[in-house]
Amino acid sequence: MDIHEHQTKELLRSYQVPVPEGRVADAEASAGIIAEQIGGERWVVKAQIHAGGRGKGGGVKVANSIDEVRQHADHIIGSHLVTPQTGAEGKLVQRVLVEAAQDIKQEFYLGLVIDRTRQRITVIASASGGMDIETVASTDPDQVIREAIDPAIGLPEFLCRKIAARIGLTGALMPQAVKIMRALYRCFRDKKALMAEINPLAIVGDGRLMALDAKMSFDGNAVHNYPEITAYRDFDEEDPKEVEASGHGLNYIALDGSVGCIVNGAGLAMATMDAISFHQGRPANFLDVGGGASPEKIANAFRIVLKDPNVKVILLNIFAGINRCDWVATGVVQAMKQQDIVEPVIVRLSGTNFAAGQKILAESGLPFITAVDLDDAARKAVEALA
Amino acid sequence: MSIFINKHSRVIYQGFTGQHATFHAEEAIQTGTHIVGGVTPGKGGQKHLDLPVFETVSSAVRETGADVSGIFVPPQFAADAILEAIEAGIKIIVVIADGIPVQDMVRVKRYLIGHDSIIFGPNTAGVITPGECKVGIMPASIYTPGRIGVVSRSGTLNYEAVAQMTALGYGQSTSVGIGGDPINGANFVDVLSAFNDDPDTDAVVLIGEIGGQQEVDAARWATQHMSKPVIGFIAGVSAPPGRRMGHAGAIISGKSDTAVAKMDAMEALGVHVVRNPADIGTTVKRALNS
Repeated sequence: MDIHEHQTKELLRSYQVPVPEGRVADAEASAGIIAEQIGGERWVVKAQIHAGGRGKGGGVKVANSIDEVRQHADHIIGSHLVTPQTGAEGKLVQRVLVEAAQDIKQEFYLGLVIDRTRQRITVIASASGGMDIETVASTDPDQVIREAIDPAIGLPEFLCRKIAARIGLTGALMPQAVKIMRALYRCFRDKKALMAEINPLAIVGDGRLMALDAKMSFDGNAVHNYPEITAYRDFDEEDPKEVEASGHGLNYIALDGSVGCIVNGAGLAMATMDAISFHQGRPANFLDVGGGASPEKIANAFRIVLKDPNVKVILLNIFAGINRCDWVATGVVQAMKQQDIVEPVIVRLSGTNFAAGQKILAESGLPFITAVDLDDAARKAVEALA
Repeated sequence: MSIFINKHSRVIYQGFTGQHATFHAEEAIQTGTHIVGGVTPGKGGQKHLDLPVFETVSSAVRETGADVSGIFVPPQFAADAILEAIEAGIKIIVVIADGIPVQDMVRVKRYLIGHDSIIFGPNTAGVITPGECKVGIMPASIYTPGRIGVVSRSGTLNYEAVAQMTALGYGQSTSVGIGGDPINGANFVDVLSAFNDDPDTDAVVLIGEIGGQQEVDAARWATQHMSKPVIGFIAGVSAPPGRRMGHAGAIISGKSDTAVAKMDAMEALGVHVVRNPADIGTTVKRALNS
């Protein structure tokens, strides 16, 4: 689960990480009021969406007067911000963060990730801050420091000093860097996060280290234990079909093709999409109905897939282990009868209670296209598009 | 022969009296698995499926000589259950639970250092040696004894591959699910190595997916150490970058962990790569005849 920059900063502030003074506004007028309350002469107005590269898309603006703060806020709020991570249609901006602008002397990168190869929480740090860390890692790999954390001892001060020294945060800056690293790690560990990033971590005018931008992502399997984090969930950032699907216990991800897919198991769901692509078709979605799917769940899967107007064919591929083909078939029949489905439906069933499932489909008298295996199913789905 | 589990394995279930554990224990017993009891804290001393229930894993090990455990407890308690099994000296730990927090598994992997347990999963359909022992949730009926090893991250895609092989007359020595989570127990190399040492395995089917570099690392290991053909498939050619495709570990986070990049790398390392998931069975046949 991703959260917004202003939420990450609020969380980090509670761990004593220095961040600029600022607050979030959902309208031009309140943006102006916030700037007045913060005081000073320069402010930054930053679009709050769950996507990086906001500056490149015009979502981060510096203002030299309260009027300018209002103008920027007015311009950004309600716009569809296009960044390298949003896709061409962009993302609707509902709020901006208004902050005191800082006089930046130097920028660094500090992050925590779960490194799959090392199987450890790992600190990533770099003297090249303010840019995309993946770019730095590919163009100048020596500039990226990695230190894996042993969970038995956590992130001790000596390790923080070692990292700080290697990216040039020495002298009076070192104790500040140590404090920020340990605070970030504590927050990451306390809330069972998956990713935390301060970029840039900057030396500002008065010689202090400060988190000027920050991003965190949390583990969907742990976040329910932390109501203060779940409160940060922004449903507007998610595809409404995906939200609805998760409410029915379905894992749905919208794609841009025309073959709607209903499958059990994530691996088989991906392989089904791949088989469609192999036959020159394009999947409209990823959908995993999970285990023990009831007829109602299958019917709901049809409803969600068909909300996508691009869907021209539906391919249902079930290899039942803990699922039951008879329940699945009952769900298919129920969906076809209740939902007025005009699109061709290709059904491939295999595994537990296969014969009973086939019988239910055959006796329904409905116009399914049955497929004997994965290849047959993918080929028939693509043929039905023509 | 087989790897990891066989007809001599003495199996317990943690979370034994739960609905899923009960259902799968019954099926496993019917197909010949030697289940010797189970653990459900608070229910020690009771009988379940005519087998003893214990309060702790260590008492189950002491009383039954168990050396394999299937972990069926809910995900929020699963890391603790794995730690308990490691501490009690269980050799093979199969973690069915799906949804264990990633940081919990980081701690489990740290504790595993210095212990000689092998963990499969989390989020695995399990391990099966057809006709001898099944610890998991897979439908035993689709597996047949034979000489092909199977290792996969996904459960249902494992079933698909096995069904394609069975249709062509190829059975399995052992089928191993290593699970779909980003931090897991045994990796592909661990399993390939065991299959390489098994005189009754002729070839190995390796089924991976987007995310991470495990499959390419395994292919590299295989070129250096393996005397048997490896047939490989990576699911997710059509998956968009940056999206988690169902499994917590299935996410493209760079150029090198896309399905195509991984399959190209594996092919260059000598793996018989399958580009269409419907061709897994026929590729096994071709690899064995080449």
